[in-house]
This record gives sequence, C-alpha cells and structure tokens, in this order.
Amino acid sequence: MSHNQPVYTDNDPQSELVTLNLGPTHPATHGVFQNVLQMDGERIVSGVSTIGYIHRAFEKIAEHRPFYQITPLTDRLNYCSSPINNMGWHMTVEKLLNIQIPKRVDYLRVIIMELSRIADHIICNTIIAQDTGATTTFLYLFQYREHIYEIFEEICGARLTTNIGRIGGLERDFNEVAFAKINKFLKEFPVALREFESLLNRNRIFIDRTQGVAEVTADTALSYSWTGPLLRAAGIDYDVRVSEPYSSYQDFDFEIPVGTSGDIFDRYLVRNEEMWQSVRIIEQALEKIKSEPNGIFHADVPDFYLPGKEQVYNNMEALIYHFKIVMGEIDAPKAEVYHAVEGGNGELGFYLINDGGRSPYRLHFRRPSFINYQMYAKMSEGMLLSDAIINMSSMNIIAGELDA
Amino acid sequence: MAKATNTELVDLLGEKFGEQLFDVSEPYGLLTFSTTKDKVVEVLSFLKENGRINFNFLTDITAVHYPEKEQIAVVYHVHSMVSGIRARLKVFLNEKDPRIASATVLWNGANWMERETYDFFGVKFEGHPDLRRILNVDEMTVHPMLKQYPLEDPNRVDKKDEFFGR
Repeated sequence: MSHNQPVYTDNDPQSELVTLNLGPTHPATHGVFQNVLQMDGERIVSGVSTIGYIHRAFEKIAEHRPFYQITPLTDRLNYCSSPINNMGWHMTVEKLLNIQIPKRVDYLRVIIMELSRIADHIICNTIIAQDTGATTTFLYLFQYREHIYEIFEEICGARLTTNIGRIGGLERDFNEVAFAKINKFLKEFPVALREFESLLNRNRIFIDRTQGVAEVTADTALSYSWTGPLLRAAGIDYDVRVSEPYSSYQDFDFEIPVGTSGDIFDRYLVRNEEMWQSVRIIEQALEKIKSEPNGIFHADVPDFYLPGKEQVYNNMEALIYHFKIVMGEIDAPKAEVYHAVEGGNGELGFYLINDGGRSPYRLHFRRPSFINYQMYAKMSEGMLLSDAIINMSSMNIIAGELDA
Repeated sequence: MAKATNTELVDLLGEKFGEQLFDVSEPYGLLTFSTTKDKVVEVLSFLKENGRINFNFLTDITAVHYPEKEQIAVVYHVHSMVSGIRARLKVFLNEKDPRIASATVLWNGANWMERETYDFFGVKFEGHPDLRRILNVDEMTVHPMLKQYPLEDPNRVDKKDEFFGR
C-alpha cells in the first residue's frame, strides 16, 4: 500500500449511517411521536419508535372519577372520531348495568357513529393523498369533515371533543335542523367522494406511490394484533360491528370491504369503501327511525340518566338526582366487563372493573392506534423515507389514542 | 363450522389442564378463568394452537393491582375469530416480585402490551426481547398505576378527597 493512498478505516464516510430524528414534532408525522431512524442515503436501515409524548395518565385519572366524568377523557383518545369513544364508553357502562336501549336510540347512535367514522376516514385518506403530493384532493374532501362537525354541533353543541350522549341514550333528540343537515350531507357527500375517487383511484402517480408499498400478510397482521381497516386491507374480514353487533348494527345491511395485499393502496381503498358503506348505513337508519315511536332519545333509567336541565333548575328531586349521579353516589354492580366497538382505527375496547365504589376500580382502554403502531419501526426497515411517511399516514395513528 | 361454546371450551380446557385452571366464571358471557404463572404460556399456546377453538388473536394484555391481597393480576384477553368467542385469562402474581413468562413467543403484538404493563405495574415479563418503559419517561423510578401512588400530591390540604367523591 502506497503512502499517498487514502486508507478507509471504521470511520469510512462511505459506510457511515446518518441518524435522523423523525419527530417528535415533524410536519409529516401529523402528531407528536418520534422515530429515530438510521439512514443509508434515503433508505431506512433500522428505526426505533419513541412514544408517550402526550401521555396523560387517563387510566389513573379514571380510577378517581365517577362514570360521567370519564366520558370527556374518552373524547381525547381518538379525537378525530370522539363520538365513537363516548358511545363505546356509555355502552360499556350500560352493559355493566344491563340497561335495555330502545331501538330508536340505537339508530340515532348509529347515525352519529357512522358520521364520525366518515370524518375519521376522510382525515386518513385525504392525508395519504396530501403526503403523496395531491393537495387538491385534500382540500376538496376535507370540507365535508367540517359539515359533519356542524351536524355534531347541532346535536350536542360541541364539535371536536364532543362529550356526546348519556348513559342510557342521548342528551336530547335530534332537532329539525340536524335532520336537515344530515340529509343535505347525504346528498352532497357522495358526489364529492366519487369525485375524490376519480382523482385518485386510477391516478398513475398515486398508484405508483402506494401500490406494493408496506405490504403486510394476513398472518403478520394477526400476529401483531392489528384491527380495523389495516387488518381488513390485509384480507381478514373482522369487524366488531358484524362479529359482535352492538347498538343494533345487526339490523343494517352493509358490507365489509377487504383488501388482498395489505399495502397502502389497499388500505386507502378499504377506507373509501367503508365511507360508502357508512353512507348506506346512515340512509337505512334514517329510514328505520321513521317507523319507531317519535321523540324517544333515551332509555328509562332515572338512576343513571341525568335529568334535563330545566328540571334540575326548577325541581328539588331532579337536582338531587343530578348531584348524586354526577358524584357517582348510585350503586353499580360489582363486576368486570369488556366491551368493544369498531372505532375509526379498529377495535376500541373498554375493560372495566367495578368494585362498588364511586369510580371504577380499574379501567383499561384497548387502543387500536397503540397496538397497530408497534409494527411501524420494523415495517420501515429497508423502506425509502418517503414511503415510510405515507405508511405512517395510512396507518392513521392518532397521538391521543396512541398515548392515552 | 359451528361456533364453539363456552361450555365446550371449559370441557376442552378441563380435560387438558384439570386442576391448573380455576376460578372459572362467565361475567356478561365472557369466559374467565385463572391459571398459575408457570402454566401461562402453555395455556395460551393451547388456546392459540388448538384446531377446534383456535384463539388466534391476542386482543389485549393488562394488569390490575389488588393491594389488600398483595397481588397483581395480569389479564389476557384472547379472541377466536374462527368461532367468534372471547376468553379472559388471569394470572395472579405476588406484588413483591411480579414475574411472568412473556407471550411474545406466541404473538408479536404482545410486545408493546407487555411493555405498557411493565411500565405501569412493574410486572417483569421473562423472555421479552426489549422490556423497557414505553409511555413514561425512562428516568421514572416507580410504576404509577400501583394503588399506593395517589393521583395528586398527597400533601395538599386545600382539597379533601372525600368531598370530591374520590
């Protein structure tokens, strides 16, 4: 070896990997989570996920709160579809108390939950498009999320963290304006969704970016306990609405779309089809409500259903009941119950242990984002950074649900 | 294939494990039973591999602290997507030294669920590939979901818990 030849040692810059901190606050992660990636050029060699940046100890707080005060906590899990969380929690308590819910209440709830599912899927699918470079589609469909929030506002007064409903039903009936807004939405949204699909489904650039990227086999998806659109895109037709119907989902006629390869394109298609199915379910629910007795919006459970505000302010008994219910003074059975609903991202489970106290002895949330996300770092190995970004978008990881 | 029932499942498990499964109950239709910590992986793998019941899906792992019994219960929820039933398995551990075999050998998804349980309850999963804290900061010295740790600063005098229903 001659003296003037360079000698490459262990520190060879050619073989050196670059450490890239993707997050905690990176515009492309759409949430607060960090991935420390080892990069070889644009290719990811390995990655480590760090989560917990917005951990708020909900499970600990829930052990110190009566049932009604836990509903606002559930809002903040998956805040893109909080009504599903609120109602999942209320249904868990109803299961514990063995409350029979009138059909009309079930159908009203189904309408709200399916609207939230559409809102959730709008976010995910438009963000995938946005991250692959298609800004038009994002702006185009995103306004319908706003229309859904307007409907929520009409029903419960809130938009994002809704705190919607009560144990036993809803706080008030849908008014005329709410029905009018829902009907308007049902008329306009399919037109926009069809246009959204026509912009992307056969779009060469979009397909090149998404097809065959981040493929997941059904076995792997099951082994990682995936649920929701991700599992269905991998080819398994598991949906809590069908396998264990709650809130009278068995009365509805709808289909569960499944994919084949579990890649990003399949996830996108599955979510799109689910939005169509949700529209179908809402239409059926509106039809079914007409044949139910008018004006019923809660079950007859005075021990747990909060009395109306006009009564609370004018009537001593109602005031006492209001106070007792809010403070958790009314006995619930000592039991443990697990209840699952199909959230926007998959099976959202509530494991509640009640020991007869004011607040749960233990409440555990099975959060689909948390469980789905654990495969992310491993999936990213060998992937291009730009693909890893859209992979994250297509998993629809919501930081609130991830960290609880 | 006809759906397996809870009774059938109890018979199958009783035949295989006998006395090692106890506290069998069915709260709200969800079959619940306990086993010992030496048997947990064996029971879980039987549930997973048995062709008739086929609990192929791990829904959740969490824990519950019972300070008066000096125990921590690790709770597994498994789900058979084939026969459409769920089951809940509990293992009671001594709170002084909670150790249990890891379920990561059966399901990859158990990884973060066990890390979360370790983080909040201090349950050590033996054989886990990467047992670190997950949601709390690494420097934390306690396992905050244990019942001895209060939610708020216990030195506060302006706020009496009994007035607030806590």
